[in-house]
Amino acid sequence: MLKLNDIAKTFNPGTVNEKKALDGVKLHLAPGDFVTVVGSNGAGKSTLFHAIAGVFFPDRGSIVLDGEEITFKPEYQRSRQLGRLFQDPMKGTAPHMTIEENLALAYLRTAKHQHAYFSRTGKADRAFFRDQLARLDMGLEDRMKQPVGLLSGGQRQALTLLMSTMVPPKILLLDEHTAALDPGTAEKVLKITREVVAEHKITTMMVTHNMHQALELGSRTLMMDSGRIVLDVQGEERKNMTVNDLLERFKARVGEDLDNDRILLS
Amino acid sequence: MLLSVETLRTALEMGAIYSLVALALFISFSILNIADLSTDGCYTLGFAVGAIVTLAGHPFLALPAAMLAGVLSGFVTAFLQTKLGVESILAGIIVNTGLYTVNLAVMGWSSNLSIFGTDTLLSLAKGLSENTAWTRWSTLIVLGVILTAVAVVTALFFRTRLGLSIRATGDNADMVRASSINPAFTITVGLCVANSLTGLAGCLTGLVNKSCDINLGTGMVTVALASLIIGETMFGRFSIGLRIVGVIAGSCIYRIIIAVALAANVPTECFKLVSALIVAVAIAMPQGRKLIALQRQKLARRKEGAPC
Repeated sequence: MLKLNDIAKTFNPGTVNEKKALDGVKLHLAPGDFVTVVGSNGAGKSTLFHAIAGVFFPDRGSIVLDGEEITFKPEYQRSRQLGRLFQDPMKGTAPHMTIEENLALAYLRTAKHQHAYFSRTGKADRAFFRDQLARLDMGLEDRMKQPVGLLSGGQRQALTLLMSTMVPPKILLLDEHTAALDPGTAEKVLKITREVVAEHKITTMMVTHNMHQALELGSRTLMMDSGRIVLDVQGEERKNMTVNDLLERFKARVGEDLDNDRILLS
Repeated sequence: MLLSVETLRTALEMGAIYSLVALALFISFSILNIADLSTDGCYTLGFAVGAIVTLAGHPFLALPAAMLAGVLSGFVTAFLQTKLGVESILAGIIVNTGLYTVNLAVMGWSSNLSIFGTDTLLSLAKGLSENTAWTRWSTLIVLGVILTAVAVVTALFFRTRLGLSIRATGDNADMVRASSINPAFTITVGLCVANSLTGLAGCLTGLVNKSCDINLGTGMVTVALASLIIGETMFGRFSIGLRIVGVIAGSCIYRIIIAVALAANVPTECFKLVSALIVAVAIAMPQGRKLIALQRQKLARRKEGAPC
């Protein structure tokens, strides 16, 4: 589904602030893979997501999504096939627009609507949105005319998740999307994530700082360090792995402890 | 009585025209979150083009021609920001400066133009009936009809998918980047629509005044901003429809305040100061309300005898 061939990116080249953010990343995801990504501070996890999403173009290498080379495709064009959630729940929705209007925007991604500039939200669309909202089980289906700015962070993140998966994307990038939520809400958003991803078999990558979650969720775990993927475990090997094993493996590979001030071991 | 019916009518006529400019700023400033400073030049462009087309004997074509001129001006401003990376405020200033020469050229290298004695849309409407009531009120009625049409179309437009995309562009840039909206496209469409309204307003001013001067647009952006802020302060930021009504009301209220100042014999030299005061008061209003509420709360607390 997704192929990264030797992706490299250096920020501020030739200056004192030069930073090798990605250093020859090679990755091949099969359709339906659910990958968790862990790593130290500044290991390049978010940068990797940005490269895939097209926030910047890589210095070297190529990106292939579902057989189509997208290395230099602009960000907004990739977004039709790619769903993204950020840590900040405020980033994914427009606060002064209503829930319904936000959903209508997300619906733009469908082929039917891409060039229907002057079409308006109809009854059928509204019923569909209502249905989708009801699945979140947050009572949002009765608040469709309210501006999104009135919702809580958790509700906004759940809504963003719904918006990015309503038209199933080819790949879903979750950049610590539950990290800024309180534990109860985080649990709920995670549960919805699991259900949605499983239902549509969406190929998913998720950055997390929760080591336990990294092993428990999904089908594959990547560890990153200094812009490289240093560990890639899946299948039987991963099933029998504990958090301690994972940390040991990281240490053996990198030569130092996983250094992350936000890490959660339990 | 402070205002005669006559001055009130003139105030409403001006209010109707200025609300088109206020609506343009509503689109660029409030919705797209872009300070488009090309308003002054674009307004003059609208009346230069409108006057020339009217003089050429096409009174009806004048309006769409002026709007088209506005679209072109908006397109250039948008092109500078989205494709050439010019800061939005600078892009507006650059276009505004350039438009001065363009406007002179449109007006045949003369700094003023008169359309007295030429058939215009408004004079044709006036000539429809001999009735004195009609001849007196026809201009306001025609302007009202145009304004209503523009307001309704704008309100409907911002509920279409393209309209929603434009609103999202100004509301949350992060979200737009991560969704399938091309901000360069939405900004361009938004600025073109906004400036077409500015051009239309310029054209209508020319038709009402029957003359046009190269400097008439100067300060337009402040006046429109004042109207916009009065409207948004009084009507809040709820639905798009209500906000549009607010902008129009704000513009009319602004013109009425000016008319009152005129009727109260405030010398014309002081007008800019009056405008500035109105803007300052309008902007300060929400904060003032909060302060008063807080003082009341404190006062109530003191009456209860609680320590404070």
